[in-house]
Amino acid sequence: MANRRLLMTFPVTATSHTLAEYRARGGYAALEKALREMTPQKVVAEVTASGIQGRGGAAFPMGRKWAVVQPNDGIPHYLCANADEGEPGTFKDRWILEFAPHLLLESMLIASYALQVRNAFVYIRGEFDGPYRRLAGAVEEAYEAGYLGAGILGTDFACDLVVYRGAGSYVCGEASALITSIEGKRGYPRNRPPRLTVRGLYQKPTVINNVETLSNIAWIVANGGKAFSAIGVAKDPGTRLISISGHIARPGVYEVECGYPFAKFIFEDCGGGTDGRPIKAIIPGGISTKVLTGKEIEKLTLDNPSLTAAGSSMGSGGMVAIAEGTCMVRLLQVLLRFYHHESCGQCTPCREGMGWLHRIIDRIVAGEGRSEDIERLYQISAWNDGTTICGMGDAAGYATVGILNKFRDEFEYWIEHKRSRNDGALECPRFS
Amino acid sequence: MKHLIPEFDRMRARYPKGFESSLVLPCLRRIQEDRGFVADEDIDGVVAYLGVPRIQVEEVLSFYGQFRRKAIGRCHLQVCRNLSCSLNGAERILDHLTKKLGVKPGETTADGRYTLSTVECLAACGTAPVLMVGDTYHESMTPEKIDALLKTLP
Repeated sequence: MANRRLLMTFPVTATSHTLAEYRARGGYAALEKALREMTPQKVVAEVTASGIQGRGGAAFPMGRKWAVVQPNDGIPHYLCANADEGEPGTFKDRWILEFAPHLLLESMLIASYALQVRNAFVYIRGEFDGPYRRLAGAVEEAYEAGYLGAGILGTDFACDLVVYRGAGSYVCGEASALITSIEGKRGYPRNRPPRLTVRGLYQKPTVINNVETLSNIAWIVANGGKAFSAIGVAKDPGTRLISISGHIARPGVYEVECGYPFAKFIFEDCGGGTDGRPIKAIIPGGISTKVLTGKEIEKLTLDNPSLTAAGSSMGSGGMVAIAEGTCMVRLLQVLLRFYHHESCGQCTPCREGMGWLHRIIDRIVAGEGRSEDIERLYQISAWNDGTTICGMGDAAGYATVGILNKFRDEFEYWIEHKRSRNDGALECPRFS
Repeated sequence: MKHLIPEFDRMRARYPKGFESSLVLPCLRRIQEDRGFVADEDIDGVVAYLGVPRIQVEEVLSFYGQFRRKAIGRCHLQVCRNLSCSLNGAERILDHLTKKLGVKPGETTADGRYTLSTVECLAACGTAPVLMVGDTYHESMTPEKIDALLKTLP
């Protein structure tokens, strides 16, 4: 497979993120093309034709989301880039924010033109200080160069952009919670319907797309939706940024063409497990996607149809490699502590369920596990599935059930023997 | 907080009209940068400046993990202990800091220099384990690197 790249197309240097260098690479030509040669409807048509799906986790077709926004309805529309990047294991949007901030801005400007947005936002997680500075610097550069503000490129298109900083909340990466947060409130998710594209920020139609998804728009407009749809696989076109970490020889952010062989990626591109250790399991797309065993990935390719058929998904592209010898009980304990910590408390099944799951796993690790605990973990996960306003209740269940299904014997061993079968190990080098 | 109002005015100019409520988070962030935490009088100031309900400001402060209502040590050391950091030694990093500083997570050293905390995923998993000092990420940490880093902190 050729493994074409659309985003990571230039060598990163100390100045490659600047406007001057972005323009030298052909930057902002797609915005010119959109404003001078295309109607907003034509831009939407190209994005729809590209078939691009969301890269934040839900894989929703971008064109279908955009199609809900009605042109010329006389009310303000808003656009928000989701740069919350809170799904553990995910750090791929950080690459765009730090190294290609103008690619995001140009793509957001094209999207704003297409969707008739006067005010756009980037919601960036509060901990991202370095990426925030990079992005805020790029916004100032864009204002000075006339890419933002009124009369962009001498046309009557006008757009302002605010970089909005979160303040430490996982759930604010969920689109409706993100909007509530931009309204200056607690980041509580909202019930749908109405969809956010109908009633979003301050009850106005609002499009929220992930940073990586948006950043593909410049390429789609420059080269056409049809050309994009020819990359990757038919049911999941384009490329994916994958951030890989954990027990892996070469962690980092990689761009792969959808359909790239999973095992080739792990063993050739990323060098396999740390210190040559065999891979026990891979969490493919953020901790909320179901874990795959080292054996399972051999037949899979990196795209949603392939991973969905295997019972998991590409999720947010946050891949975590887990080496042989790792204790899956303590690993699940880390995940459940996290979900418990981050439950916003709005829905009873999640608020109570996360704490319950966490208490059970703590009890097992303390050697006080009971024979019914494994079934109880399954039961609470099932109670959460589909019963909460946002997907977090489901997600914690997926993570739990995914690990229990494949590594149940380790849980049974700990409950029976009151100790880990794998020495309680999380860290790789300790026993290498 | 009053001395920050010219800054708030400039910030406000970038937002559409009618977005006063949105400024709660940015104003509180700026106040905390300035004072180190958000005091009761700051809440009064934000309520008066933005015309939002006091309960909204209180709710925001209690919801978001980064806001503080009390002063902490001069250096805030936050150890990520989510999955990728745990797989790469976050527990050793936390143990090392706990022993070295003689405080547990959530506590401040008696001299008021350091506050130690744990934090969930910082999205720097490729360079785990990560320690956040103030606003700055320190990545691929080892106990040795921590010792060297502590010597450079105020």
